[in-house]
Amino acid sequence: MRSRLFSIIRKEFIQILRDPRTLVLIILMPIMQLFLLGYAATTDVKNISMAVWDQSHSQQSRALLDAFRVANYFSIDYMIGSEEEYRSLIESGKIRAALIIPPDYEIRLLEGKAQVSLVLDGSDATVGGTALSVAKLIGQSYATRILTEQAALTGRPTAFAPPLDVRTQVWYNPDLIAAYFNVPGVIGMILYFITALLTASAVVRERERGTIEQLIVTPIRSWELVVGKILPYAILAFIDTLEILVIGHWWFGVPVRGDIGLIFLLSGLFVISSLGIGLFASTIANTQQEAFITVMVTMLPSIFLSGFFFPIAAMPKFLQYVSAIVPLRYYLVIIRALLLKGVGAAALQNEIIALSIFAVVIMGAAALRFKKRLD
Amino acid sequence: MEFLVQATGLKKYFNTTHAVDGVDLQIPAGEIYGLVGSDGAGKTTAMRLLVGALLPDAGEVNVCGYNVLKQTEQARSTIGYLSQRFSMYEDLTVLENIRFFAEVRGLSPTEWLPRSLEILEFVGLDKFKDRRAGQLSGGMKQKLGLASALVTRPRLLLLDEPTTGVDPVTRQDFWQLVIKLVAASPSPSGRGQGEGGVSVIISTPYMDEASRCHRVGFMKNGRIIAEDTPSNLRTLLNGRILELRGSPLDIMRRAAHNDEDVEDVQAFGDRLHIRVRDDTAKQVLRRLKSEIKNAGGRVDELRMVPPALEDVFIALADHEYVGAPHQT
Repeated sequence: MRSRLFSIIRKEFIQILRDPRTLVLIILMPIMQLFLLGYAATTDVKNISMAVWDQSHSQQSRALLDAFRVANYFSIDYMIGSEEEYRSLIESGKIRAALIIPPDYEIRLLEGKAQVSLVLDGSDATVGGTALSVAKLIGQSYATRILTEQAALTGRPTAFAPPLDVRTQVWYNPDLIAAYFNVPGVIGMILYFITALLTASAVVRERERGTIEQLIVTPIRSWELVVGKILPYAILAFIDTLEILVIGHWWFGVPVRGDIGLIFLLSGLFVISSLGIGLFASTIANTQQEAFITVMVTMLPSIFLSGFFFPIAAMPKFLQYVSAIVPLRYYLVIIRALLLKGVGAAALQNEIIALSIFAVVIMGAAALRFKKRLD
Repeated sequence: MEFLVQATGLKKYFNTTHAVDGVDLQIPAGEIYGLVGSDGAGKTTAMRLLVGALLPDAGEVNVCGYNVLKQTEQARSTIGYLSQRFSMYEDLTVLENIRFFAEVRGLSPTEWLPRSLEILEFVGLDKFKDRRAGQLSGGMKQKLGLASALVTRPRLLLLDEPTTGVDPVTRQDFWQLVIKLVAASPSPSGRGQGEGGVSVIISTPYMDEASRCHRVGFMKNGRIIAEDTPSNLRTLLNGRILELRGSPLDIMRRAAHNDEDVEDVQAFGDRLHIRVRDDTAKQVLRRLKSEIKNAGGRVDELRMVPPALEDVFIALADHEYVGAPHQT
């Protein structure tokens, strides 16, 4: 009956509103995650501290340095005059890179064969890699080959990849801003967290506090109980999605290029699958704590295998296969594509099919296990 | 005679534990039936089977003519159930709780409010309707549970140890409500006598409460081993209970224990209740008096007394009781 369902939903909402901790979690967690992953966990490389050994002292070398300065990626903090100086600066961690401009730079530039060397502290692979590619881009515009060395923390210089004249062109996110990549990821993570965890604990709470015994003896049907318990959290999940999209768009400037309706529709599909996971967890757990652990056990691998932080293509084959059963993986592809590329549903049909299969299977399994009885 | 509750051969096993091991119940309309027994005798499991919260391993339950397993919804709409553990939502107010359970049990948006207020007034919680259930005292929580069970005018009320841990005054209140519910015409449940009235099955560890029931069933090891009216049950031990007053208590107790015809000795304050074998009361009376005197004690009073329900309960719970017929 519709009114029974409505009563359960209203009761659930009253309980959510009266539980300040859950409420704070629902409203503030997305904002916290967003700012954490938008700022702190950024892989954007900015203001890499750099020393310059300019042996050329020419008009051209100064122009090259200006190009580095303008690009904002490097901050030229030291002008030095010897190899020992940059070695000790790198070893002490004061700089992450040193640019060495040879004495004949100006002459060779005229011949079109100018070379400079860039010594990078490769102990942070992300910074090192980005610095290298950025330096190459800057160098290219000056027809300058950049020779690199990578200084590991031991101080022993090792050759980085040989400088190749590869023209890189980045689409959709030309500035490689991490927030563009992370914000869609946060949406996926939050949706998963809110729906799976809160659903599981909301169902288990009835059992833990003994209220299930009274629910059982009412004419409420199992499906009404299930839908009534999960629908409020689905609604909250959508509010969170909206919250993240708004902050992501207006604060971090993340583009929303796809169709809003499609974004919500496919998010709904993902929400169904994580509600299923939460419901399934609730049939295993007896206490809210157990429910929390059960959901966490699925959540951490989901995040790491979803391509949120590490590209799936770079994983060992075995883990790539495992990631095929992680719904977050498909959703991340979908939401990133919708926000950044603005593609339509047709381009995402594989992911949509995979997610649909997962949603049906997990919901079915949870419904089979969910019993409206005490034993 | 048409029974409101008819259960036959109910069995429920948890692994190797036979929690309920063949229970039959026949309860006519308008009866208060008391289920008593030690902890672990199977009372709660039996209640849960009656309401269909547990699936029985064998047996059948019919309530108001509906099979609890097959016509679950219809059967449940006639049952009000108060579980042993408080099972209202502590973060909802009294009225919100009543409303929730009224609505999910089928009261319409126009019906639930007047009915809820009526039932809250009936149990005396109308002044507390906006208080959170978690902030009620133990007795008020039980009244809320009762109100919520009654809100849809059930024919059968199942109360699982509703007064355990509740103070004597509130227990008294609670019982007055139950008695009013069954006896009143037209009852506060809204049904006239013509419809047969409400039946109550109540489990309780208190003998004074058991003696208020129309009929009492003693449960032990998952079975009802004796079932009758309280007064008939008491006659099971007629002539077998002696009351002894005197001093010192330890000499009296030792003397009683040493007597071969004494089955059990229980202290009640400054008195001892002594249960003896059938037809041995006179001999024991004589023997005990002299035994105590020889041991240096003093007997103020030693006489045969009418058995209390508690004596019967202890006798039944104590040892394998075979004397009582299953049903009289």
